[in-house]
Amino acid sequence: MPETALGDYTAPPFGRRPLQVVGSAASGAYRLVEVFDPSGVVPMAGQFYMLSAESEWPGSSGRPYLPRAFSVASVDVGADGVTLGFLVHAVGPGTQRIEEVGGGRAGSLLAVGPLGRGFAAPHEVAAGAKGAILIGGGIGVAPLALLRRNLIRLGVPSRVLLGYRDADNAGGLDLFDCSEIKLATDDGHAGHRGRVTDLLERLLAGDDRGSAVVYSCGPPAMLEAVRVMCEEAGVACQLALESPMGCGYGACFGCAVPLREGGYMRLCLDGPVVDGSTIARADAGAEVQ
Amino acid sequence: MIEARDLRVDLCGIELAHPVLNGSGTFDAIAAHDVFGDILLERFPFSAFVSKTITPEPRPGNPPPRLWEETDGVINSIGLPNKGLGGFLEKDLPRLAALPVPLIVSVMATSAEEFAGLVQAISERSEVAAIELNVSCPNVKSGLVVGESPDECASLVSALRVLTEKPLIVKLTPGADPVPVAMAAETSGADAFSLVNTLKASPLSPAGDGHWLGAVSGGLSGPTIKDLALAQVSAVADAVGLPVIGMGGVSSGADARSFLEAGASAVAVGTENFRDPEAGSRIARELEDLG
Ligand SMILES: Cc1cc2nc3c(=O)[nH]c(=O)nc-3n(C[C@H](O)[C@H](O)[C@H](O)COP(=O)(O)OP(=O)(O)OC[C@H]3O[C@@H](n4cnc5c(N)ncnc54)[C@H](O)[C@@H]3O)c2cc1C
Ligand SMILES: Cc1cc2nc3c(=O)[nH]c(=O)nc-3n(C[C@H](O)[C@H](O)[C@H](O)COP(=O)(O)O)c2cc1C
Ligand code: FES
Repeated sequence: MPETALGDYTAPPFGRRPLQVVGSAASGAYRLVEVFDPSGVVPMAGQFYMLSAESEWPGSSGRPYLPRAFSVASVDVGADGVTLGFLVHAVGPGTQRIEEVGGGRAGSLLAVGPLGRGFAAPHEVAAGAKGAILIGGGIGVAPLALLRRNLIRLGVPSRVLLGYRDADNAGGLDLFDCSEIKLATDDGHAGHRGRVTDLLERLLAGDDRGSAVVYSCGPPAMLEAVRVMCEEAGVACQLALESPMGCGYGACFGCAVPLREGGYMRLCLDGPVVDGSTIARADAGAEVQ
Repeated sequence: MIEARDLRVDLCGIELAHPVLNGSGTFDAIAAHDVFGDILLERFPFSAFVSKTITPEPRPGNPPPRLWEETDGVINSIGLPNKGLGGFLEKDLPRLAALPVPLIVSVMATSAEEFAGLVQAISERSEVAAIELNVSCPNVKSGLVVGESPDECASLVSALRVLTEKPLIVKLTPGADPVPVAMAAETSGADAFSLVNTLKASPLSPAGDGHWLGAVSGGLSGPTIKDLALAQVSAVADAVGLPVIGMGGVSSGADARSFLEAGASAVAVGTENFRDPEAGSRIARELEDLG
């Protein structure tokens, strides 16, 4: 099993399996929950797992009922398995329960995955592309942290732009090597005061833009802005989208995202990472805030 | 797959290794095969596979959002996305025929003529063991939901009965009393019943800005409808002399046993598949352990 690869797909073991929680640490306003996967399957950056807890799922109030999707944020390959890190932002009953089990360190999470398509290497996205620009917003920094590590190991140069609303909604920075990151915050508590897309605009105005591919994950409105800016600048982009996922493996048809050519794709099968050119909009049908 | 002799059932002449099927539209065997690989075929979760409902023409499905999480359940407004009859026969059927279990094809149309076209075309295919009629939609001519009207259902089943020798399973809707509908369909030549389909529901957006679902209303499923489903399954099983496939919130062997005790010959697992891709085989195993 290659320790790092960029490609888009690694097949999961069949079924739902319990994975022991082996670590849990606050990461800004988020929590990094680590589990050990003895199957040894190494996910690609951008792939996700459907997670739930063994107990209190459904919770006493009946929610969370469906499993929740989480991008893998870190991977450590060991001799007898892999440690997977998930960055969790508690916004509702499902993410709260995952944080709780993670915080207890004694429990396990039920997982199906890795699922979906991850990010492809720059040269596979655009002929001649040699570098990468990673632009993340909020909890969307999670898959970019793994992408960044994989790019470094493969010797692909990358720049990282991360944006947050405010300190209460910021985290995951420790998963990147901070020296190379440019930050933007809406409230100005760190880095550029304003949108992270302002930083992208400056980079895209530079001379070397033709040799880079933009990789992005974040709130729908940010992704849509990134998509439009890249299209106008003639730069290829890959976007990790969100949609309400009921199953993660093509069973429920709940995760529909409109295609530019008409009709829908199932994001869990044909995404969550998509080429910006294939979708109608990056903010259509996304439920999230 | 489970190979327990004492769990075997005969459903309208179709031999099933155990009594756990999938509910139509809640497991895409082709997608699951693509995702998990050939191990899906080696450990196929169900004793027969029921296809997603197909319609005469292709349908893209409803605009998102399509899912709302209820307490112990889900409201969906998926909108029957499918490739249409032609696309199904050409692209999906060859792959479904390669599954290690009998295939039941679910069909829906908005008139008896269109239903006839579907049944005739599917009836010609030896890969198909039985046909399930999804009658949860209105007949465009009368405006009545076929599955809620004994007369509509009887005339549809009579018209289709003469077109095929394959078993016809009528999938009943929980929106009206299913007993008179089932009795009328039995007289008209149905071979079996499956119930319940989802219950109509319209969740509001938590933001207070109207309806949540892109299609406004959808169907409620999952454990929250189990007791209602048990009552309807028991009423239908008592009233007819045909096999009944019971479903509605089945998530464990104990749930499956409740449906069998209520008079069902087999059970189907729907929403639980979303939580656990191997729910079907787990439930069959749990059922076996219950003895
Ligand atoms: C591919 C993918 C990768 C993801 N990766 C991560 C990750 O790495 N880390 C992370 O923290 N999150 C991630 N998410 C998001 C995460 O899955 C969601 O935040 C989570 O599903 C929310 O669940 P919840 O129960 O905590 O919140 P919910 O209560 O489900 O609330 C979340 C949003 O859902 C809507 N909502 C509210 N009630 C309901 C309801 N009853 N039914 C349906 N929708 C409702 C609201 O708009 C609300 O803002 C990812 C999502 C996807 C699709
Ligand atoms: C997402 C979803 C899609 C469904 N699609 C279909 C369908 O295409 N045809 C059909 O007859 N029933 C469909 N159903 C209904 C199920 O087959 C089943 O009757 C119902 O969900 C009750 O069982 P459950 O509570 O185990 O899910 C669907 C249900 C869900 C949740
Ligand atoms: S999440 Fe169920 S089909 Fe994509």
